[in-house]
Amino acid sequence: MAAAAHEVEHHTSTGVDNRKLLMWIFLASECLFFGALISTYLIFRGESITGPSPEDLLDIPLTSASTFVLLMSSLTMVLAVYGAQHGRIALMKGMLLATIVLGIGFLGFQVYEFRHFGAHGLNLTTNQFGASFFVLTGFHGVHVGVGVFYLISLLIGSMRRSGIGKERDLWVDTAGLYWHFVDIVWIVIFTIIYLMPH
Amino acid sequence: MATAVGTVTHVEQGSRVWEWMTTVDHKKIAALYGVTGFVFFLVGGLEALLVRTQLAVPQGNVIDADLYNQLFSTHALTMIFLAIMPLGAAFFNYFIPLHIGARDVAFPRLNALGYWTFLVGGVMLTSSFFIGDGAPNGGWFGYAPLSDESFSGGSNMDFYVVSLLVLGVSSLMGSLNFAVTIINMRAPGMTMMRLPVYMWMTLVVSFLLILSLPVLTVGLVQLYFDRNFDTNFFTPATGGDPILWQHIFWVFGHPEVYVLILPSMGIISEVLPVMSRKPLFGYAAIVFAGAAIGVLGFGVWSHHMFTTGLGTVPQIVFSASTMAIGIPTGIKIFNWLGTMYGGNIRFTTATYYSVAFIALFTIGGISGVMHASPPVDTQHQDSYFVVAHIHYVLFGGAIMGVFSGIFYWFPKITGRFLDEGLGKVGFWFMFAGMNLTFFPMHFLGLSGMPRRIYTYDTGMGWDTWNMVATIGAYVMAFGVLVFVFNFFKSMRQPQTAPDNPWDGATLEWATSSPPPAHNFDVIPEVRDRDPLWYNRDHGIALPEKPEHMHIHLPPPSYFPLVIAFGVLLLAVGGLSHLALVAVGAAVCIYGIWGWALEPTS
Repeated sequence: MAAAAHEVEHHTSTGVDNRKLLMWIFLASECLFFGALISTYLIFRGESITGPSPEDLLDIPLTSASTFVLLMSSLTMVLAVYGAQHGRIALMKGMLLATIVLGIGFLGFQVYEFRHFGAHGLNLTTNQFGASFFVLTGFHGVHVGVGVFYLISLLIGSMRRSGIGKERDLWVDTAGLYWHFVDIVWIVIFTIIYLMPH
Repeated sequence: MATAVGTVTHVEQGSRVWEWMTTVDHKKIAALYGVTGFVFFLVGGLEALLVRTQLAVPQGNVIDADLYNQLFSTHALTMIFLAIMPLGAAFFNYFIPLHIGARDVAFPRLNALGYWTFLVGGVMLTSSFFIGDGAPNGGWFGYAPLSDESFSGGSNMDFYVVSLLVLGVSSLMGSLNFAVTIINMRAPGMTMMRLPVYMWMTLVVSFLLILSLPVLTVGLVQLYFDRNFDTNFFTPATGGDPILWQHIFWVFGHPEVYVLILPSMGIISEVLPVMSRKPLFGYAAIVFAGAAIGVLGFGVWSHHMFTTGLGTVPQIVFSASTMAIGIPTGIKIFNWLGTMYGGNIRFTTATYYSVAFIALFTIGGISGVMHASPPVDTQHQDSYFVVAHIHYVLFGGAIMGVFSGIFYWFPKITGRFLDEGLGKVGFWFMFAGMNLTFFPMHFLGLSGMPRRIYTYDTGMGWDTWNMVATIGAYVMAFGVLVFVFNFFKSMRQPQTAPDNPWDGATLEWATSSPPPAHNFDVIPEVRDRDPLWYNRDHGIALPEKPEHMHIHLPPPSYFPLVIAFGVLLLAVGGLSHLALVAVGAAVCIYGIWGWALEPTS
């Protein structure tokens, strides 16, 4: 798919590197993971007996802003991959850093939102909305956080002489798959929790 | 540390224990899985014998109710997660590279990590008998609200949650590795439709686990939160739903049973053609049937919930899909029979176990199809009729298949033959014992004996069959002991097995018994589904061993141990102090960094 596709070091039956194939298949399992969490949220819509309801608390403009931040981070990730595949290392490093910053920004929004909800009487144990919301968005946030660590590791690795070196396009491309997946999951979550009318 | 084979033969002699603890060789990891899995099989068998001893007579007083609940729960957990799945992993590990013509799996260190994580999970689950309030006692399916803290206030079900989370991670790692290996590392000419059927079954099983384990993980996390953080996913009082647990559990649980049986179906598909001296009948049909079972297996889960008030439409849909899944299974049965028909059959012990599989699994399948009808299932649910079904398919099916594989592949793995005389004696005890134990359970179930009761009154009409079943259990146990004796006796023989003692067709028979560390001197070129029979029939010799071989094998690593230790800390932290979870996470991160930076050449 890339214009300057890297040579596969070891021949593979599909032509795709083992590590990249591993990431694709791992993401399939992640689809089921988030699918189960989203299903739980959907099953509990309207089932809360007490406590704040989504209409009371969800701030769509604010969360649209955080969603925009995460979407932009996917753009910078694409540019990082482009940089890695075309040997433009400065671009790659800069865009990796930008993705990291935007990812942390998104997490900042999440922390703010969680605390805001807590202050208005919604926490994990309040009702079904609280439990399913915090577990779903909490796990998503953890995945973003792991992604941030992943990208920081790649950034550090690209700066060491014996780091990701010759296979940088593979490593950054594979990280890109993970990052875009986490973004797509957020789009589904945003649509179901925030945009669909309750 | 291993260096290039065939050139400089400098190998550091470290301690043998450390060599096994840091190995990344798929054959050694397979041996670890196999031995550990078999030990747990014996543990699970002991748990079963205690259950059967308690039920031998009415008003038995061998075990009290509390311990009984722990024993039947751990019997299932042990057999499923610590015995059958690891024994499957043992064979997958050993044979995937050999069947596809590769030197190892795609990710050797991940492979090792899978084993060590399994060991952590298995030890954790079994140690629960001795730590805290006892072993899990809410059934292997942990139904809410019984599994919630209000009804299970002790640590038993916390051990359940944490151990299964760890074991799930272990299985997932193995499955990801096997899937990438089979898809991506096949020898030249080994197209997907030339893969041994065992490889197809392994691939389907890997995807079943990859797609079902995450759902179980979500359920376990929710149960953990309900028990420890006061959420109410499964308690109705604040809007939660116990049936949600059942759905989540069985979306995992049903594909899981196909995970348990498909590997053994794969083994049968390898053993029967070789022992019948005839190619497998209907290869493509068996492959597609296996894939169909995998896909359909995700569409039947609510047949475990027919008595929960699902409603008419779901009952009909799941009943239909459950009956439909019998069709691909039937196709396989007929194809195995077609393989043997007209063949020049050698009745070795491996053959005995494979033929027994066909008969016993069919019986289990028939009782299964009976449950597929909701009105009939209303009678069967929670009765011993289901116990009969389960054990016909799991012991008569999965375990018999495993033993067939053991007898078939023992010469390849160890270079020695298991004693055929002892093998057949052991087989007959296991076969007779199994039928004595489980066939009467059909009658017990239909005459109303419920599951999971620690005792029963006399005069219910259950006394005789319970005694027969207990006797059968001891007969089975004796058969297993005969096998264990056979194993140790055979391991003392010299390694004299030839490369291809059974005149097998697949690539594992194209190398020595046991194979060298690098599996094949020359990676074979594959022209046919049964490569060695093609070579034999066309007079093609195996390639000559080259004068100089520059084969790079991955060096051993201790980072899988580090990460497994981190997982242990995470798990123990989950059971005690959350601060330990942070320490465990840090150890895991250190392990991951070390692994990433470690040179692999």
